[in-house]
Amino acid sequence: MLSPAEWSAVRLTAELAGLTTVLLLLVGTPMAWWLARTSSPAKPVWAALVAMPLVLPPTVIGFYLLLLMGPQGPVGQLTQSLGLGRLPFTFAGLVVASVIYSLPFVVQPLQQAFEAVPERTMEAAATLRASPWDRFFSVAVPLARPGFVTASVLGFAHTVGEFGVVLMIGGNIPDKTRVLSVAIYDHVEATEFAQAHRLAAGMVVFALVVLVTLYVSNRPRREERPA
Amino acid sequence: MRRPFIAALLALAASLAHAGEVQVAVAANFAGPLARIGEGFTAATGHVLKISAGATGKFYTQIISGAPFEVLIAADDETPKKLAAGGHAVAGTNFTYAIGKLVLWSAQPGFVDDQGAVLASDKVKHVAIANPKVAPYGAAAMEVIKARGLSDAVTPKLVTAESIAQAYQFVATGNAELGFVALSQVAVPGRPTPGSYWAVPANLYGEIRQDAVLLKAGADNPAAKALLDYLKSDAAKKLIREFGYGL
Repeated sequence: MLSPAEWSAVRLTAELAGLTTVLLLLVGTPMAWWLARTSSPAKPVWAALVAMPLVLPPTVIGFYLLLLMGPQGPVGQLTQSLGLGRLPFTFAGLVVASVIYSLPFVVQPLQQAFEAVPERTMEAAATLRASPWDRFFSVAVPLARPGFVTASVLGFAHTVGEFGVVLMIGGNIPDKTRVLSVAIYDHVEATEFAQAHRLAAGMVVFALVVLVTLYVSNRPRREERPA
Repeated sequence: MRRPFIAALLALAASLAHAGEVQVAVAANFAGPLARIGEGFTAATGHVLKISAGATGKFYTQIISGAPFEVLIAADDETPKKLAAGGHAVAGTNFTYAIGKLVLWSAQPGFVDDQGAVLASDKVKHVAIANPKVAPYGAAAMEVIKARGLSDAVTPKLVTAESIAQAYQFVATGNAELGFVALSQVAVPGRPTPGSYWAVPANLYGEIRQDAVLLKAGADNPAAKALLDYLKSDAAKKLIREFGYGL
């Protein structure tokens, strides 16, 4: 049904979204925990920085990333001096851009889940001489499980749905940076509507299935409701 | 004292009554020149241009889906013909307003030699082109690469931009060492030429005839017809040549 080039775009998209989600959970969990627990006056500033990709158009993010990661940009000079070369037009560059672009979709659900963990429960664990790490992994993380589910699903799905930034950073290279959304755009621009429909309809079904699954899995179960 | 003021007001009112607006879709490579031509057009006629710049292929899709553009200033001659054949443009109004010239450009001064030999260099990691499926300058770039016998060497280095404007951006930010762009983007009158470029000889690629056409949405708009007439005027032609197009 799909051509090899289109399968390649599907595979690339899944790899990009999967890797981005894993990295975002690793980076986003400590950020969300800090944001949920801190009383620092700097909290609104950090929360705003995390939320920025929700507000900024993808062209702004793409444009600045292109400058930052370019040969004259600070990030570009750093990666070059480390012998990593430059990030634009590479898969690694797409991962970096996606992590930034999807950051709020992972951090915000986690933050809300951590904020819902009762302080008294954490204190009770502390009086039982659980170490801070033990408290976090044995108490906070299990209680915040729905937050982790939401964060993972939204982070993955939003990366799949991203377009403007990947087009600008990726350069539309087959098998390397041509993800699904870009492949669909290509078909539409070339007025290959039949091919565009196949991929685009697939995206619509994917998005619907993912979101329904998310809402079903996060529906509060009776025994979990507070008495 | 009063009378000249009233006369001026009346003149203004009269020009406003006649002044119209034209929704123009323009190929990215001609956006700069059109802005300049638009100044002269507005001064001469009082009509105002509302300009949208982008890839010609994208405009085609938008126009057949009912986009309110009244004039298309395309990067090729195929799209206006197709639009007229499909009833989306007024048949017989298409004409060639410019012939596009391709350059191999780098943002670094002295990087590109006058024979374009740098295209085969190992120093080049990325070559930006506009999407050859939809952009005539991209298709022309592919012809040049093939004519030079560099298809195998250069194809893995190609980065495809959605339009010639994005190809320019990839090169201007230094992320691509080289890129095929329009001469009109590099040789802007009254501005020093950035970096270095090779004007690709015209025998290496098929002629890029750029046509304009009156679209169905503008069929009854006198301002839209006036714009097409103005594009054929000597004043406009002079500017078009200054921007590095053939005519």
